[in-house]
Amino acid sequence: MASTIDVIRGRPIVRGRAEGIALVSSEPISFWGGYDYRTGEIIDRRHPLSGMRAGGRVLAVPFTRGSSTTTAVLLEAVRAGTAPAAILTTGVDSFFALASIVADELYAQPIPIVALEPSDFARLKSGEHLTVQEDGTVKRLE
Amino acid sequence: MLSGGDGPGAQMAMRILTRMAHVHAAAELMDITGAHIDSTIYIGEAGLEFAERMAGLGARVQVPTTCNVSGLDEHHWQEWAVPHDWADKAYRQMVAYQKMGCAPTWTCAPYQAEMRPKFGEQIAWGESNAIVFANSVLGARTERYPDLLDICCAVTGRVPAVGLHLAENRAGEILMRLTSVPHSLQRDDAFYPVVGHLVGKIAQDRIPVIDGLEVKPTEDQLKALGAAAASSGTVALFHLVGVTPEAPTLSAAFQNRRPAQTIDVTMEMLRAARQELTTAQGDELDLVVLGSPHFSLAEFKQLAPLLTGKHAHPRVRFLVTSSRAMILFAKEAGLLGALESFGGRVTVDTCILATPMLPPEIKSLMTNSGKYAYYAPGMLNTRVTFGSMADCVTSAVEGRVTRDESLWQAR
Repeated sequence: MASTIDVIRGRPIVRGRAEGIALVSSEPISFWGGYDYRTGEIIDRRHPLSGMRAGGRVLAVPFTRGSSTTTAVLLEAVRAGTAPAAILTTGVDSFFALASIVADELYAQPIPIVALEPSDFARLKSGEHLTVQEDGTVKRLE
Repeated sequence: MLSGGDGPGAQMAMRILTRMAHVHAAAELMDITGAHIDSTIYIGEAGLEFAERMAGLGARVQVPTTCNVSGLDEHHWQEWAVPHDWADKAYRQMVAYQKMGCAPTWTCAPYQAEMRPKFGEQIAWGESNAIVFANSVLGARTERYPDLLDICCAVTGRVPAVGLHLAENRAGEILMRLTSVPHSLQRDDAFYPVVGHLVGKIAQDRIPVIDGLEVKPTEDQLKALGAAAASSGTVALFHLVGVTPEAPTLSAAFQNRRPAQTIDVTMEMLRAARQELTTAQGDELDLVVLGSPHFSLAEFKQLAPLLTGKHAHPRVRFLVTSSRAMILFAKEAGLLGALESFGGRVTVDTCILATPMLPPEIKSLMTNSGKYAYYAPGMLNTRVTFGSMADCVTSAVEGRVTRDESLWQAR
């Protein structure tokens, strides 16, 4: 039985519950040109998570960068079943929020989006198990 | 609108907009006078379902609205490797946005012909290069509108009153000083995508102020700078002291605040940034592509004399991506003949990143666009070389990558 090692209080941007293995980078990301929604793989060859699969994971990146098509790619990923289980950011990222809200409108499948304080975000580690709760609480599990 | 009095399409748009206003903790919504829609790019089934749902529910734009590139060169896609199924769906998406009342402009550079907002105008624009151009070069005011929200703004005629719509949020945040860049390089087109790439990387989501430029850049050079900065970073607004409208002076650019960070841009940093835009190792070359953002009339004018009397190497394809409108202007100005005799082609409505037009044998490409150079390796799985327009033409003629390094060697 996994035990909680840390509880982080985040701000729920789009509410929802999820859990999964963390995939963490301090580098911002563009989904357009950076995320293959057919496979859930991160394909920005300049990004540290290049080659990793984010589908079903709890993706933690500070914010989105570059193209405004990021939202459309994330919406496709929701439809294709390759989207992250939840997304954690450092500020309010409107691109992620919007994709999640439209996924709720079209498919009743919002992705939980939670904004964390940078100092809390810095504690996250790739590979650890995270649960995300409706109120924006993120639990790190052993 | 939210209660459905304006129809279910407007209701859906307003519901999404209102939820986003809550995400931003916006105090209110404000009116806009125009919109530019990036959601027109066909990505997959979900975006198409969204567009057809909105159009089918009777959503109609309330303000003059232009369309960004689509996923298809509507009338020439069969000349390239675009699959039929893709063409069908991309076309349906084009139809859905036209049904909602958007003008079929299909360009990522609407500001050069189709819609040029005035200083201070409140607009809702998608497409990162268009956003940064409208804010920085024209002094219009738009947030970075993502796909799917841009159309909701156009259909409601409203936006959350936040971010770059408000004067106080438009002050510069970091200062980048050009200290030792020779004038000859400052005048060169290839300087602008490189400096833009560097600015984007350093600024990330902060508003950069660039000081120390000693020449007056052209509109296309500013376009190239912004497009590159909005690819490598999240730049939606930059100030160029003495050039852009909100930066007549350094203190005006910062609204009398102090920069959070000051960076002296050295030649070494610029050389490194230039090198980052190239992933190719050797000199093999399959395609030269110009026109991201879409090629302007001025760029066609600049290109034509470089091509005259020459011909592209039989192994190398030469492509210019532009808009329907710009091609008409270029044709009227007699500028397309040189491109045709050179063996070059034109694609409109879309670009190499937005439609699967390139055949698989194209592995190495060369471009003068910082945006193409940034995205091509990941999106198209190709090697890329960045060079000036003149380098691109010379390489196309010789059939192998060749670049003039002289301007970049200053200490």
